[in-house]
Amino acid sequence: MDATTSPETPRPTHVDLRAELESSGVKELLDELDREMIGLAPVKQRIRETAALLLVDRARQTLGLAHDTPTLHMSFTGNPGTGKTTVALKMAGILKRLGYVRKGHLVSVTRDDLVGQYIGHTAPKTKEVLKKAMGGVLFIDEAYYLYKPDNERDYGQEAIEILLQVMENNRDDLVVIMAGYADRMDRFFAANPGFRSRIAHHIDFPDYGDDELLRIAETMLAGQHYVFDAGARAAMAEYVTLRRGQPHFANARSIRNALDRARLRQANRLFEAATGPVDAQMLSTLIESDVRASRVFRGGLDVSGKGENP
Amino acid sequence: MRITQGCFSFLPDLTDEQITAQVEYCLSKTWAIGVEYTYDPHPRNTFWDMWGNPMFDLSDAKGVMMELADCRKAHPESYIRFNAFDSTRGFETVTMSFIVNRPKVEPTIRMIRQEVDGRSQRYSFETVR
Repeated sequence: MDATTSPETPRPTHVDLRAELESSGVKELLDELDREMIGLAPVKQRIRETAALLLVDRARQTLGLAHDTPTLHMSFTGNPGTGKTTVALKMAGILKRLGYVRKGHLVSVTRDDLVGQYIGHTAPKTKEVLKKAMGGVLFIDEAYYLYKPDNERDYGQEAIEILLQVMENNRDDLVVIMAGYADRMDRFFAANPGFRSRIAHHIDFPDYGDDELLRIAETMLAGQHYVFDAGARAAMAEYVTLRRGQPHFANARSIRNALDRARLRQANRLFEAATGPVDAQMLSTLIESDVRASRVFRGGLDVSGKGENP
Repeated sequence: MRITQGCFSFLPDLTDEQITAQVEYCLSKTWAIGVEYTYDPHPRNTFWDMWGNPMFDLSDAKGVMMELADCRKAHPESYIRFNAFDSTRGFETVTMSFIVNRPKVEPTIRMIRQEVDGRSQRYSFETVR
């Protein structure tokens, strides 16, 4: 209460960056990111750089060289299923450990959560979301849907104005991460220059390579205590290559869906083929026919088909 | 006359930092904060006007402080209080309540005597601006 009258503690004269990195727990998170996320080398590089910048900024603050909170709002661009949400979650942890946000929770929203249905509905809705996100990270997925240039009476504009205001005035209180396809985000930023100038870090998520997707598949399976046998692994590698050329390809998400279907077929096969009791190994092994049965090997979904198909 | 209702009302008015700290405490207990205001601080007036809905899903006090700022802007000369609602089964009630804004000139409370039934006296109170 009488902080103003207490004698000011002398500023430290030097800061050990490496010790800071260890003690803040950021190193742990960065290592975790390296271990758990497959591929994404440029993203990891950018996050390391951002973390280093923030750490240096914090050291400068302790030495009294800087006072302003740096702008931390970010945009993540990349195709679907490239790990934007997962990385945002990690980013929230990093920001929390560095003390740039107080709570470090992630509030993930889309246009529907921000924009109302009728006049006067948008502002309270957006404010509600912002209140929830205070002290943490607000992740706006497919942010470009907020702006609809063909409809000038669209309520998205109202949400954009409130967001811009909060991004400027409450920089200490929350960090906004916008995510979406690269080309559409570019158009969104071009139409709303206010956002571009308020976002300091643009991180681009590349598509996964075929071998990376195969490793992701195996990691996902291991997480659920399944394994491929040799034939299934080869079939999966082939699947990844074929699936990439077909419509609605969504990187890791397509792989997850494919695995869900393969597990479905495995369960079915066990029921139909089992003559006696099954053991743990049979229950957790996916064989070649489980993967090969996918429609992807027969030219994929026909044009009239909708949505994600195995 | 200084109105004393709820927690901390015999202390000097809380500063915004102190209010924030109290709200952080409430949130750490997973209590929901409701903002209410009134122009009539009569002790029997328990139903104050609600400023928006109680906030059930906040993680940080800033959200409440934003609502307080808005409420102060709209009703600077009113009493504003925070109610912390504990939704734990078995409690389901307001567990903490404190005043966060007062008018510059507070109303006084006056006692009224009334003669009834022969010469008996009846007493009641009213707020006077």
